[in-house]
Amino acid sequence: MSGKNLVERLAQRFGGKITGSNLEAIDPWIEVSPDGIAEVCEYLRDDADLRLNLLNCITGVDYFMADPKKAAKAGWEPHLEVVYHLSSTFNKHTLVLKVMLPRWKDDVEGELPEVQSVAGVWSTANWHEREVFDLCGVRFAGHPNLRRILCPEDWVGYPLRKDYEMPLEYHGIRGR
Amino acid sequence: MATQVDDARIIEFDVRTDELLVNMGPQHPSTHGVLRLVLRTDGEIVSEVEPHIGYLHRCAEKIGENLTPRQWIPYTDRMDYLAGMNMNLGWSLCVEKLIEHELPEKAKHLRVIIAEMGRIASHLVGMGAYGLDLGTFSPFLYAFRERERILDLFEEACGARLTYSYLTPGGATADLPNGWLQKCEAFLDQFEPIIQEYHALLTTNAIFIKRTADIGVMSGAMAVDFGCTGPVLRGSGVDYDLRRDGEERYTEMYDGYAFEVIVQKDGHYPKDHVYPAVPKETVLGDCWHRFYVRMLEVVQAIDIVRQAIDRYSTASGDWGVPIKLTHKLPKGEVYLETEAPRGQMGFYLVSDGSSIPWRARARSSCFCNLSVTSELCRGCLIADVPAIVGSLDIVMGEIDR
Repeated sequence: MSGKNLVERLAQRFGGKITGSNLEAIDPWIEVSPDGIAEVCEYLRDDADLRLNLLNCITGVDYFMADPKKAAKAGWEPHLEVVYHLSSTFNKHTLVLKVMLPRWKDDVEGELPEVQSVAGVWSTANWHEREVFDLCGVRFAGHPNLRRILCPEDWVGYPLRKDYEMPLEYHGIRGR
Repeated sequence: MATQVDDARIIEFDVRTDELLVNMGPQHPSTHGVLRLVLRTDGEIVSEVEPHIGYLHRCAEKIGENLTPRQWIPYTDRMDYLAGMNMNLGWSLCVEKLIEHELPEKAKHLRVIIAEMGRIASHLVGMGAYGLDLGTFSPFLYAFRERERILDLFEEACGARLTYSYLTPGGATADLPNGWLQKCEAFLDQFEPIIQEYHALLTTNAIFIKRTADIGVMSGAMAVDFGCTGPVLRGSGVDYDLRRDGEERYTEMYDGYAFEVIVQKDGHYPKDHVYPAVPKETVLGDCWHRFYVRMLEVVQAIDIVRQAIDRYSTASGDWGVPIKLTHKLPKGEVYLETEAPRGQMGFYLVSDGSSIPWRARARSSCFCNLSVTSELCRGCLIADVPAIVGSLDIVMGEIDR
């Protein structure tokens, strides 16, 4: 199935929950709204033509430039992306999904942006979403156990955010 | 009087026990590094296992956002430090995909030789360490004896024994030295018959079979659901190997090589070599099968290296001079997975057009493989926990990054 067909098919089925696509990229991707991702993923996993049964990776990418001069040239508004890489062990094809999120929910600093969890669709997502939560600060609604996974539980901040600053000290250990 | 129980697995039916939380690790010999497991036990029976990871977190991804792709190569070594070559390869291919660089023929064969030798070395440690987990020391020494010779070969090629940084975007940092291929062939000739000894020591050993057969059984569907890859996935009978099914940029390295994916099909493993028979106590997807797949992959890797040596010595072109990546990277994002010894190792590179990646992400195979532990250990005996965790063959450096 060509990328265009797939986007059309998904758009027909899910309407406004498919918010965009880029088929020109090296790895073409489809953009899904944060409240539709679980539904779309379930369909992609179970559909007889697609059978994307393997979730390879979930990545959080922070788009933020502290320097206003550079930010003006960047070509994007500050935002967070959650990227899903899927593949199928049956049909040997792959697919990339993206969810665009604001950096903070309702632009209130400290309030994490929310996206639906896909842990119910693939169990892989359980740990991967914990990692994205831990390092990028994204809240996955409906996740069974959303705790930090790589950093200690009392760690402050989200290290893979571009404006992150290492704490000055952590339990008496100098940070920077 | 004790109540009669028909099920022989229920061993403590009439003993009143309390639930107990047992902490295992992070410094436990059978946790392969710094993994902490919290076991909820009732007598000998484990009802829940919760892995705690992150003790070896070294912020590799954050560091990757501050270095050029070439400079990040040494950091990939230190993720899966038992298969550094394969990690270099994954990142190099990912960068090459972004800059759309085509490799000369010779460089591809060089990479196959190196990657498959890395696979042998890594599986040898996997085998030896698994023996240790189950309480036998000698296979470990046998495994390290042979691995030592591979490390010597690697040292001759690149100067390092563990953290190689040898394969780089564009090819490798240097050609193989004169006489290296002969030494490598001599090693393979000497090593191949020795594998029978390992089979005698572990694979067909009655105690070993008792400890691993029918333990930690995982169905193919469950393995895929948890994102398990590599020998763990194929040990559950799923026919999926990126060397055959992966992206073209990776599979073209193996174009024309004769090899079969090691997986049980219709009750049989590939019959290209003489392997010990599968004991009837075992069940597809148990610890024994995961171990067996690894052992067969070693034999297969020997075959692939032999083919690669032939092709490399007749191939035209050069061995691939590293690209000077000081100039700007093209804008875009790429994701590429390779078949590392422990599973599918993926790298994701987002570039904003500068010479430093905007985001560098490593998708760790062991991270997914380990996440299945709590599911596999539910209801097993405490003594089986090391057997199950060991059979996943994890490296903490890769999980925590």
